[in-house]
Amino acid sequence: MSSKKETPIKTIGFVFLVCLVCAALVSIAASSLKPLQQANKLLDKQTKILEASGLLTLALKTENIKASGSEPKSIVATFEKYVEAKMIDLDSGSIIEGNTDIFDERADARNLAKSAKPVNDIAGINRRANHAVVYLVNNDQGQLHTMVLPIVGSGLWDLMYGYLGLAPDLNTVRSVIYSDLKETPGLGAEVLNPRWKALWPGKKMFNDKGEIAIKVIKGGAKAGDIHGVDGLSGATLTSNGVEYTLHFWLGDEGYGPFITKFRDGGLN
Amino acid sequence: MASDTKKVLFGPVVDNNPIALQVLGVCSALAVTSSMANALVMTVAVMLVTGFSNFFISVIRHHIPSSVRIIVQMAIIASLVIVVDQVLKAFSYQLSKELSVFIGLIITNCIVMGRAEAFAMKEKPGVSFLDGIGNGLGYGAVLMVVAFFRELFGFGTLFGFEIFKLIQNDGWYQGNGLLVLPFSSFFIIGLIIWAIRQWKPEQVEKD
Repeated sequence: MSSKKETPIKTIGFVFLVCLVCAALVSIAASSLKPLQQANKLLDKQTKILEASGLLTLALKTENIKASGSEPKSIVATFEKYVEAKMIDLDSGSIIEGNTDIFDERADARNLAKSAKPVNDIAGINRRANHAVVYLVNNDQGQLHTMVLPIVGSGLWDLMYGYLGLAPDLNTVRSVIYSDLKETPGLGAEVLNPRWKALWPGKKMFNDKGEIAIKVIKGGAKAGDIHGVDGLSGATLTSNGVEYTLHFWLGDEGYGPFITKFRDGGLN
Repeated sequence: MASDTKKVLFGPVVDNNPIALQVLGVCSALAVTSSMANALVMTVAVMLVTGFSNFFISVIRHHIPSSVRIIVQMAIIASLVIVVDQVLKAFSYQLSKELSVFIGLIITNCIVMGRAEAFAMKEKPGVSFLDGIGNGLGYGAVLMVVAFFRELFGFGTLFGFEIFKLIQNDGWYQGNGLLVLPFSSFFIIGLIIWAIRQWKPEQVEKD
């Protein structure tokens, strides 16, 4: 180290200069890469929604990838062709105006003006955004094929974010897909295992009386149980988290009012 | 010069390994070694950060006032880490989702700071850069070995490819639950240190 003569002015000047250069470097990197990052984030979301509706295999078909140029492009094209996003007010269950592209559930849930504390917070989310975006996935004839509802709830370590895909009766499950979680690899993170995801399609969320009946059963569900799904071995708390998350979001403080309205009169 | 370069670049892999001999950077070695893909990305990230932070610090080493040198080093290291994180978010979103926290924590990785203070403050930029890359390699070598054992015996896969078929996928292999958890790396790193010191007894500390 050969700083000849150190004066306070020189030191402060030097530090200032270093900070300026570093700040410039960081801001150039952040702002020039932002479009790519946002595209990635959106693509990730669209991939999960397509997976939840069962259309991902269509988007990843070789001829569709060829037709649109690349795998990401095919996913975006499929999403735009079949999926319709709608903003809803969770308390009333009615569709409202709003820009679904910029809606950020996590930001709203942290904003006191745009969220509320659930009375019966079984999913352990602490605050729930007032609004939500639901995704209507249509078939080739333009009829509703799958309703994809974003869900969130506590697992063992942290909140788990995912999507629930329901058939047009809003009772039959098409899929439960998690997109963002911090569960233990090999145990709780097995909710991402294709074999576990394959247990969900065809299960019924509600029983004949209209009560929420879906259960994640430790030790395994009985064969033919239309409301029961095998729990993950070694991950009881994660399994319970999934069950509570579904019960919360299908209940009155979740999508309950929307589901009732939708069954009564469709989207209008 | 050629042998010097080789020593600076590859010395840290076995002879002067930052994890095995200096026992630096162990914390992140525990966290990111559950799969080889994660370990590889982390290795590349640390290599780039150590290399370039050494380079830039060495370039300005004659001008850094010694009273604030640690802060100046930290500013440079932190900026580089943010850039790496941003690049990863832009080009490899899935991996950045899994690694983001740990990439941020490269700032506190003692190897980066240690090499800046111990090497880059004294040596020329070129050789400092190589020293940084070399230490990144040494860090990465240990990471890859640990990740190899953890992923193979914990999940039955390597780089995500199935090697042993797990029972939950109708196979025969029961994944080792211990190796899935981060602290199992302590055992593996301990065994690595033992193996290296058996091979190179001069690394053993005298009591």
